[in-house]
Amino acid sequence: MSLALPNETLLDRSAAGRPFRRSLLQRVLSFCVREPMGTLGLVLVLAMLIAGLGADWIAPYNPTSNDFTAMTEPPSWAHPLGTDQFGRDLLSRIVFGARTAIIVGFTCAIVGGVVGLVLGVASAYFGGGVDMLFQRVLDVMMAFPLIIMALAVVAIFGTGVQNVIIAITIPLIPRCARVVRSSALSIREVPYIDAARTCGLGHARIILRHMVPNVMAPFLILLTAFVGQAILAEASLSYLGLGVQEPVPAWGLMLQGGAEEYASTAPWIAIFPGLAIALTVFGISLFGDALRDALDPKLRDR
Amino acid sequence: MSAAASPLLEVKGLRMHFPVTEGVLRRRKIGEVKAVDGIDFAIARGDTLGLVGESGCGKTTTGRCILRLERPTGGAILYDGIDLATVERSALRALRRRIQVVYQDPYSSLNPRMKVGEIIGEPIKVHGIERDARRRAARVAELLMLCGLDPSFADRYPHEMSGGQRQRVGIARALALEPEFIICDEAVSALDVSIQAQIVNLLEDLRERLGLTYLFIAHDLSVVRHLCHHVAVMYLGRIVETAPTDEIFDNPLHPYTQALLASVPVPDPDVEAARAFRPVTGEVPSPINPPSGCVFHPRCPIAVEGCRSARPELREVRPGHFVACSEVV
Repeated sequence: MSLALPNETLLDRSAAGRPFRRSLLQRVLSFCVREPMGTLGLVLVLAMLIAGLGADWIAPYNPTSNDFTAMTEPPSWAHPLGTDQFGRDLLSRIVFGARTAIIVGFTCAIVGGVVGLVLGVASAYFGGGVDMLFQRVLDVMMAFPLIIMALAVVAIFGTGVQNVIIAITIPLIPRCARVVRSSALSIREVPYIDAARTCGLGHARIILRHMVPNVMAPFLILLTAFVGQAILAEASLSYLGLGVQEPVPAWGLMLQGGAEEYASTAPWIAIFPGLAIALTVFGISLFGDALRDALDPKLRDR
Repeated sequence: MSAAASPLLEVKGLRMHFPVTEGVLRRRKIGEVKAVDGIDFAIARGDTLGLVGESGCGKTTTGRCILRLERPTGGAILYDGIDLATVERSALRALRRRIQVVYQDPYSSLNPRMKVGEIIGEPIKVHGIERDARRRAARVAELLMLCGLDPSFADRYPHEMSGGQRQRVGIARALALEPEFIICDEAVSALDVSIQAQIVNLLEDLRERLGLTYLFIAHDLSVVRHLCHHVAVMYLGRIVETAPTDEIFDNPLHPYTQALLASVPVPDPDVEAARAFRPVTGEVPSPINPPSGCVFHPRCPIAVEGCRSARPELREVRPGHFVACSEVV
């Protein structure tokens, strides 16, 4: 095949220059202006991330060391959020608890989300018998509420951070796969998927390069919701004594035991970890909602 | 027909029946949609065949069968001697390089998450034609130029381009694998008229320069007349008439073809007013339960009793002019 230059008259040069694109900073700034509630969520999430990642520098005390001269102290200059019944600094425990929440929340959401994403898109792409089989297996998994399923997994594998992560990840997979599949089903019928098949692309390439990027918007929103759900599930499991074990600082664990016992005499033991959980999940939800609007590719460059 | 002896593509008795199922637990087949019901045609190398007909007549399904996006339920599609209807997956991959497609809708036929350069470069990369990234980029630039686009478009996303520009990208992607046969599935129908003319000229230009063969699926007869050497008219999954373009436009024989051609408005208002135009009465019957005998008989102005029972086959009434109608002499 010889390729000569075409007639000049055929050459479409209209608006051939590189189009105007905005930098990341400009995008973040315009996100903040357009989505004030989302920005509030982003600030809460960032605060939690900074606390968790920088816990070693931020926390004023060792979260596991006891000060038996200051037990159930109310908030003071020495202990800004007070101390618990063992004389441990609550601020330090909350800051280190953020680290546990980040590890559990993000690992569960990302692993569960990505596995669900691939399963959901593959299920929609292959259709027919494969789809039927996948969906019925997911139906069985979905029949159990998240926390019940997690309890069952913990009952099999035992407690501890690692097992809690497994226990929460597994029930997240079908929830992600289901939502992603419905988006992927509509994309499967679009001509560019036919075009990819006509070009002789393999199944894996079509799924990963052509379908997955086009379900990214609903997937990312789902992912933010999953982080919140995973943090809540971890707190619930820990509260029930089936999750993270003492002395690892975890928010759910802090609400258990002493917090109940001293609820009337030292309410700060329960209030501050509870606030940490509530604000984090609230912030993630706000941010996720705003992200949905911001991620639409057609609205993005407005 | 320039090379009737050895056509590049020969479709023989092609059938594509989609099952219609009912029931949730036990799926039962309650019927089938006869989208394509036994059609024959051939395209010579370097020729353009126009496949025309109204919506739902099976012309797009025919294209999808040739591309093997659907596995036909019957018949043979001989491409250069290889039967596409039954070919193995491994052999199909090699054939995919030789047969490409340009789609109707320039918006949904390009992946919105990929840059133009990636869209065109991907098949080149996957087929291992050009593994070196820089040489591949040069090839993409060359293809963009060939399709009348500035090479700087490689860095754009599809949503940053106009409909006509996007259709050129679609054509460049089809050309990326250096095919010899391209199916244009309503390739200009979604564009406005001035852009249509540009794209038609581009397709014509490419055919001459690269020695391409086209199957041009369309419903716009003026475009077909301009671009095609031969025309096949489809109605309800069957070909009712096929002939060289000038012959079919000057001397349509099948009553459906005559009605189809008569429905094209004449630009001169005086001529238009003087024309005795009789539209075809009635609706297109359902392809699930097509009429017996000749599928056109319920709407046909010249139908006789025999048309209800006997299915007319294509027969040559003039040199190169085939009609499936028992009443045409």
